[in-house]
Amino acid sequence: MDFFENLLGPAWPVVWTLVKIVAIVLPITICVAFLTLAERKVIGYMQLRIGPNRVMAFGMGWTAGLAQPFADVFKLIFKEIIVPTGSNRFLFLIAPTLSIMPALAAWAVLPFGPGTVLADIDASLLYVLALTSMGVYGVIVAGWASNSKYAFLGAMRSAAQIVSYEIAMGFALVGVLMVSGSLNLGAIVRAQEGGGFWTWNLLPLLPLFLVYFIAGVAETNRAPFDVAEGESEIVAGFHVEYSGTAFAVFFLAEYANMILISALASLMFLGGWLPPVQVDSLAAIPVVGLLFGPGAHWLFLKIAFLLFCFLWLRATFPRYRYDQIMRLGWKVFIPLTLVWILVVGVAMMDPVRDWPPFSWWF
Amino acid sequence: MNFQAVVFFVLAAVLVLSALRVITARNPVHAALFLVLSFAAAAGLWLLLHAEFLAITLILVYVGAVMVLFLFVVMMLDINIDRMREGFWNILPIALPVAVLLLVVMAATLLGPYFGLSMRPPPPEAAEGYSNTRAIGMVLYTEYLYPFELAAVILLVAIVAAIALTLRERKNTRSIDPAVQVAARREGRVRLVSMPSEPRGVSGPPPGDGTEQPPQPPK
Repeated sequence: MDFFENLLGPAWPVVWTLVKIVAIVLPITICVAFLTLAERKVIGYMQLRIGPNRVMAFGMGWTAGLAQPFADVFKLIFKEIIVPTGSNRFLFLIAPTLSIMPALAAWAVLPFGPGTVLADIDASLLYVLALTSMGVYGVIVAGWASNSKYAFLGAMRSAAQIVSYEIAMGFALVGVLMVSGSLNLGAIVRAQEGGGFWTWNLLPLLPLFLVYFIAGVAETNRAPFDVAEGESEIVAGFHVEYSGTAFAVFFLAEYANMILISALASLMFLGGWLPPVQVDSLAAIPVVGLLFGPGAHWLFLKIAFLLFCFLWLRATFPRYRYDQIMRLGWKVFIPLTLVWILVVGVAMMDPVRDWPPFSWWF
Repeated sequence: MNFQAVVFFVLAAVLVLSALRVITARNPVHAALFLVLSFAAAAGLWLLLHAEFLAITLILVYVGAVMVLFLFVVMMLDINIDRMREGFWNILPIALPVAVLLLVVMAATLLGPYFGLSMRPPPPEAAEGYSNTRAIGMVLYTEYLYPFELAAVILLVAIVAAIALTLRERKNTRSIDPAVQVAARREGRVRLVSMPSEPRGVSGPPPGDGTEQPPQPPK
């Protein structure tokens, strides 16, 4: 590393940062590819089907089905991008970029382990919230620039839905920063350290966790909140006019957002890289002990579980009707978060915080 | 020219150009999107001044929420540009003096002795462990607590007033209350009726003179 530092001179910090960015973005992209496969497989088995089991890599039989995402990607890349007549060409083509940019940029402040983070900024929680709130521009610009009524309807639905659920999401994060006393995601995880899953934010903030996760499902326009796409009502919603790579980028953004929401929920409520049960004697074993101690693998496990919940929800619930989505967001989630912030505030006051169980957390 | 200066001039140029396009763009949707761009550039300028909380809040509140709703409304309206330009020459005699006056006031402020680089030295380098967010929170909830709460109450009143103005029950339309629908239970909708079995092959009503009572549902 010193060799490269001398070789590149003043350009070294830029190059090194680029290398780190690629080291984050590339695995996310590969994860998105396999998440689409996992989605089809999981939903397939839930509906007593097999799912994709044909496409294999280099004729190796044991990979049957595993190469399906790559087949899909190549199919999409080789399709023509059709720009509809009367559409706004510039906005039409920039909309997928607007959609994927925040989904990837938010990963800059996500820690994978103690100190393992691209940008350790002070207000990283606010940064993430600001960036995820920009994701809606991709959807509404796409819907408007397409010059199509279906796309426009999808964009309108999505804009109203995302803005509504963002409020509940923000309130859920207020509870997290109250108990952690910090806006830094690394510090939020460190505040949950101590006694395994008992000291995670999950138990004291259980309602906020549920609200955050469900609002996250709504923010990413996933089933049962996928009225922005609503195949049976408005064809494919905001991206009905998109084809080829432009569609693939929207697809990528949706799944990258799912992984992002799962990662954030794991960091804020499920203790991030901390193991669920802290056993010091197991962690002291030379090599195997690393698996039981804190590490990025716990974070990945938690993300994988929450992603499975995304797929599970999709296979289980029918689509919400639009007015019921709005009712759930405004009349159930926002009051619930407000009440729970009050409860947490009282529990953190001076005499109460010393009583168990509050003394474990605050 | 160091790196910070380059970033500043790029962001400032983007800000000025996009602000100009906000008022010159023919299409209102384009104007709103240029406003979003100018907000983003302004947030970048604030970041350069070590005001990361303000910068992120600008993005979060204005770009993430206010402008989304703004775009929402602008896209829904079918704005006819030509009709809006009809009264231009009639309004000009009033609008021109107002614009000139505004320009003079702004120039007097910006070019006067109370404004300028000499009056605003660059912020000192932040101390180790200094948090802009924490500092704003400390000031906001101690020194400026009452103005802050007052502003919050005024905003709340505005929200309540806006809802009260638009919330009305129209008599001539059908409306549904989702709360009632969600609260619907099986007991309110489905009734199991016990029917006596009928002999096979008989179609039509069972024999009789039609005066028997129908089978009663179980209580």
